[in-house]
Amino acid sequence: MLKGKVFKFGDNISTDHIVPGRLLPLRSNLPELAKHVLEDADPTFAQRVQKGDFVVAGNNFGLGSSREHAPLVIKIAGVSAILAKSVARIFFRNAINLGLPVLICNTDGINDGDELEVDLTLGEIRDLTSGVHLNFSGMPEIMLHILNEGGLIPYIKKHKDFVVSPTEK
Amino acid sequence: MGKTLAEKILSAKSNTEAQAGSIVVVPLDLVFVQDSTGPLTIRQFIETGLNTIHHPQKTVVFIDHSAPSPAKELANDHIFLRGFAREKGVVLSDIGQGVCHQLVAELWANPWDIIVGADSHTVTAGALGAFASGMGSTDIAIAMALGKTWLRVPETIKVIARGRFPDGVYAKDFILHLIGQIGADGATYKALEFSGEAITSMLMSGRLTVANMAVEAGAKVGLFPSDSITENYLRSQSRGEGYLPLHPDPDAAYESTIEIDAARLEPTVAQPHSVDNTALARELKGIKIDQVFLGTCTNGRLDDIGLAARFLKGKKRHPNTRLIIAPASQQVLLAALEAGYITTLVEAGAAIVPPGCAACLGVHQGVLGDGEKCLSTANRNFKGRMGNPNSFIYLASPATAAVTAICGEITDPREFL
Ligand code: SF4
Repeated sequence: MLKGKVFKFGDNISTDHIVPGRLLPLRSNLPELAKHVLEDADPTFAQRVQKGDFVVAGNNFGLGSSREHAPLVIKIAGVSAILAKSVARIFFRNAINLGLPVLICNTDGINDGDELEVDLTLGEIRDLTSGVHLNFSGMPEIMLHILNEGGLIPYIKKHKDFVVSPTEK
Repeated sequence: MGKTLAEKILSAKSNTEAQAGSIVVVPLDLVFVQDSTGPLTIRQFIETGLNTIHHPQKTVVFIDHSAPSPAKELANDHIFLRGFAREKGVVLSDIGQGVCHQLVAELWANPWDIIVGADSHTVTAGALGAFASGMGSTDIAIAMALGKTWLRVPETIKVIARGRFPDGVYAKDFILHLIGQIGADGATYKALEFSGEAITSMLMSGRLTVANMAVEAGAKVGLFPSDSITENYLRSQSRGEGYLPLHPDPDAAYESTIEIDAARLEPTVAQPHSVDNTALARELKGIKIDQVFLGTCTNGRLDDIGLAARFLKGKKRHPNTRLIIAPASQQVLLAALEAGYITTLVEAGAAIVPPGCAACLGVHQGVLGDGEKCLSTANRNFKGRMGNPNSFIYLASPATAAVTAICGEITDPREFL
């Protein structure tokens, strides 16, 4: 069970909002880089976020560059999951590969500052402040397996290969 | 049932009947990283403990994003990348050689290939009929180690561009128009497949521009069928043997079809701060521009530089408008020198910077000041993209860029025809 406070963002939060190119010199210094997480969307986010909190956004979260530093610094900052109406493709895969859950759901009823509870196994989101209950939509089986192993590296260490059943959707 | 281009390539490579929605595991024809995603990729590769690169000669490390290095931290990243390339025997493309996607087109991509790179604009090679898609560092680390990856076969949106482009309208205007129409998430997870007269008559340089920006609509891949233009391009790169015909089946199933009347397009500009915030160049007349940047994997090719040179010949840039030009590769630079374009552009007041990403991603060679406006031929205008969240980026064709540099304000190139 994940539990924490909501930081609400709008639509089209790009990887440049999360880790802009001007911070390229910090990319091999992740703790420093993480101090700037989401800086161009909310300059106070990095100071205020607490372990377990949620990033909640509208449509197309994480669009833009393939830089995996984006989900990585969100994870390092302590965020337990990202909830969004939709997520850009590369960002989605990157986050799951790092073991950071990305949950696709209608986030309209979730407000900044709300207390949330997320049950990953039941697929349920409960907004303790507003009382809204939501389900999140599924992801391809292989991504679920990767997430359950804690990311792609532990997955590959265990299986040595991609395990896909011929009928998998 | 018939297959789309994406289904054809992924079926052939996975030895399955791949249909939109299925998950396939496919061998890779090329895997690459660049200097901003490479260090993390290599650290993840080390973390796997796998230790060997599946196919070193099909694995490339490009140093193009911060090249030459503008900071000691980045210089250290470059040392790390060069050391890794040497140790593992993978191909190294060092500073000055050019932008990764341009070099992939020049040197590696063929129809039917599957290419993955740790850079979102890997989709560029779709112009050559390669299923090419960007991924993050961990996926690429595993791809380097195993020589394969998993993919979900995307649904396909068919884009039919009927008719011919009018004078002053180019591939860039077409793709900006399309993204403006469907939105920055209009093709998320999908393949775009291009067809129609304006596409079959489009030069390889224009196809690369269009495929490059497929990702700006969220697409996983932007695919072109292969034809005589593909074959001639490969021949011109001494890679004619890589040519293979590639066409969708006539009865392929598309998720949707978008028709665009190419003859009615006008010079188009994406306004700050999103690529789908499009307007016509003529509607933006009067917006003063501090810097024009011509280059990148979108529009830094010989045809682009030649086009700009044609507009700027015998003219000067506006005194209040800087003009920065970055050829996309060494081959482009040499050909532009040979053709006299560089002389023309320097005489017009351009600053020529070495082949590479240059000002595109905001680390060097043209970072914007507070409140400044840049008109760029790149693919992205997100807030902060060029190094300063207090600046503004407009995206347009090389022709619009050239005439804007002359006038000092956004200008429709048709005024100069
Ligand atoms: S030119 Fe710009 S968009 Fe292209 S690879 Fe370089 S940084 Fe990315």
